[in-house]
Amino acid sequence: MSASEQVITVGHEPPTATGLDNTKLAMWAFLGSECLFFGSLISTYLLYRNRVCAGCGPHPHQIYNIPYTSVSSFVLLMSSLTMVLALAAVQKGDQRAMRIWLLATAFLGMTFIGGQIFEFTDFYHRGLSLSASTFGSAFFVLTGFHGAHVTVGILMLLSLVAMSSLGRLGPQAARKVELIGLYWHFVDIVWIVIFTVVYLIPSK
Amino acid sequence: MATVVLEQRRRVFRRPTAKTGWWSWMTSVDHKRIGIMYVATALAFFVIGGSEALVIRLQLATPNNTILSANAYNQFFTMHGLTMIFLVVMPLGVGLMNYLVPLMIGARDVAFPRLNAFSYWLFVLAGLFLYSSFALGGAPDGGWFGYAPLSTTLPSHGMTFYSVGLQLLGAASLAGAVNFIVTIINMRAPGMTLMRMPVFVWMTLVTAFLLLFAMPVIAVALFELMFSRVFGAVFFDPAKGGEPLLWQHLFWVFGHPEVYIMILPAMGIVSEVLPTFSRKPLFGYGAVVFSGIAIGFMGWGVWAHHMFAAGLGPVANSAFALSTMFIAVPTGVKIFNWIGTMWGGAIRFKTPMLFSIGFVAMFIIGGLSGVTHAVVPSDAQQTDTYYIVAHFHYVLFGGAIFGLFSGIYYWWPKAFGYTLSDALGKVHFWLMLIGFNLTFGPMHILGLEGMPRRIYTYPNGLGWNFWNFLETIGAFTIAASILVFFINTQRSRRIREEAGPDPWDARTLEWTTPSPPPEYNFEQVPLVESRDDWWNRKYQPGPSGEPVRVFAGGADSVGADMVAEGTKVQDEHGHGIHMPSPSYFPLVLAVGLPIMGFGVIYKLWWLVGIGVLIVLTGAYGWVLEPGTAEA
Repeated sequence: MSASEQVITVGHEPPTATGLDNTKLAMWAFLGSECLFFGSLISTYLLYRNRVCAGCGPHPHQIYNIPYTSVSSFVLLMSSLTMVLALAAVQKGDQRAMRIWLLATAFLGMTFIGGQIFEFTDFYHRGLSLSASTFGSAFFVLTGFHGAHVTVGILMLLSLVAMSSLGRLGPQAARKVELIGLYWHFVDIVWIVIFTVVYLIPSK
Repeated sequence: MATVVLEQRRRVFRRPTAKTGWWSWMTSVDHKRIGIMYVATALAFFVIGGSEALVIRLQLATPNNTILSANAYNQFFTMHGLTMIFLVVMPLGVGLMNYLVPLMIGARDVAFPRLNAFSYWLFVLAGLFLYSSFALGGAPDGGWFGYAPLSTTLPSHGMTFYSVGLQLLGAASLAGAVNFIVTIINMRAPGMTLMRMPVFVWMTLVTAFLLLFAMPVIAVALFELMFSRVFGAVFFDPAKGGEPLLWQHLFWVFGHPEVYIMILPAMGIVSEVLPTFSRKPLFGYGAVVFSGIAIGFMGWGVWAHHMFAAGLGPVANSAFALSTMFIAVPTGVKIFNWIGTMWGGAIRFKTPMLFSIGFVAMFIIGGLSGVTHAVVPSDAQQTDTYYIVAHFHYVLFGGAIFGLFSGIYYWWPKAFGYTLSDALGKVHFWLMLIGFNLTFGPMHILGLEGMPRRIYTYPNGLGWNFWNFLETIGAFTIAASILVFFINTQRSRRIREEAGPDPWDARTLEWTTPSPPPEYNFEQVPLVESRDDWWNRKYQPGPSGEPVRVFAGGADSVGADMVAEGTKVQDEHGHGIHMPSPSYFPLVLAVGLPIMGFGVIYKLWWLVGIGVLIVLTGAYGWVLEPGTAEA
């Protein structure tokens, strides 16, 4: 009796009406909201992708480097795999392995961000800027907000690693990793949509 | 080892412990205190936004008036709209939700008490941020819906304050929406099934989902506006192929659900007040709940009726005309249910009841004029005239504000332990009803006569003078009624007519607690057995269906007895009830964001950096502070 009761009281949080965890439900709700956020940005992009006024800088097909962006997309997708491995490790109680996989996830995320910074710089030098054309505005704001989401994710991953090293992750470690994992996977999935819609669908 | 770590954490991030004084309010995470602060702040903004309306009405009282310049007039009507929508009606609803939802579902607090405090502080600071623009070279002056490209080209910083300020308010609303969704889904007491929840809780849930999905859309629109104004983006610049209609679509995809975000809480309040004062259960509970949900869904499919004059073409116009007519159906269902609730009831005309009946009556007028907008040719005639102004004031003032005042009078004794004077309350109601109809009724006529909205003055001889003067008299009558309300709050506090736990002989769980409720709401989490659980514990149906008291004795003594009995049960394990400790960090986090906002508006990157540092401090403090204060 005592063993099973102990397990329940460790979390010292009362059971919820549905049995779902409060924080996880909140994260799902927030991600639902984020769908509308990226949906609106992507709609704006779809409206403007073929609208480059005469003399307003490059068109999408003149500027995208599909092989380059494919590689950085692959890097970001792989970070979802390492995120899953981190969660598996912490669920087995192995925080050391979890830290390694979280660091790997953060590193892959930083590689992606580095690639995006390079891409932005390159595009800017080739005449695409926020104010050059509606295409430029829509492209930079959409991909920029995605990059900001990845950056926030990296910050949270590194915070998890730091807290784990200091032994401050507490009894709910697995849940915290899972929550940030949910966010991370969401940001990856959004990139799959962005990569398809922005880069792969040919423009005029 | 664990205890050592814990002690270190306590030294660095000690949680505040004050229970009284202003500091205890600033660090409070108690949903009841936050609810009271929301309502108090919203009433302060109500006075400010109302004063702006009075100045506008003075300017329009006579033709060729010169109290306001054209420029000042633009700022006044824009800020009046922004204030009333984002700083009055929404937070009044959210304040009541905060206070009542945990009490109504038998919970001790919301799911995320610190997030709740963050929502409140960000709302206050974002409101002050918006108002600081008056002192910093000009308030927003492009109308509350900030149509592009006008909003991207107006010279003062006003519309940049608009883009950042509404963004911050949206973030506060979003955090609140997540919190309420989780609270209502997960924190219900045993036996409180979804279809036993009070209608107010249901409407809160629908409102929270509307906020959840509407706020990100306006966020994108506002970011696009901000990038256009501050960083030279060309989203809405027709010279570069920008599409002004993009702003209109994004804005109204948010803007129409926003209308329901404002009205649904009031509908919830009315659905609680009418049964209590008719001494009957709500007629057609299921129909009221499902029509609320239906409004929540259909609200997403009607936005383009705000754009009938934009030239979307006959197909789009017809589709949105139809969907707009359809959405009147669930609204009509509710109105018939409210009337059915009162039908044959033992009605007591107390102040909250009067305001609720006022809501139903005024909302019918506003709803009917709304249906006339669904007719495209008629709408083309009405667009941008005072007829529109009349319509939305009938739904948002005659509707939402009357409903919210009904709620304030109804739950005041619960929150403060004393009842507001019924006599002064009735003076308030009748003055407000008369003033309201004097102000906004004639606007229908002026609108149909062709008077455009947003003009700062008008020439003599158009036949508009009489109605405009009458409207100004009406506006000051409303102001007088609000003055009566404030006098009432002060006088009633002095006289302090003790309310007891259940002054209205009501139906829902919040009335089982003492007034005001203790910090932990319920000593023992209630076990809910039916809809209107509290009522069914007090009354059983008699031989011919009329309610018969379960216990003998006067109303007050019965209520008090049962409350005492309900709360006497001790916690069998002898544990105290652990409530979440107060926290500094919601406030810290909320302070950082407007500082970032100022930095963006004035392109002071070091200021943005300071804001980011404060936000990070708040976020890390939030995560790292101990779960409870030192015992």
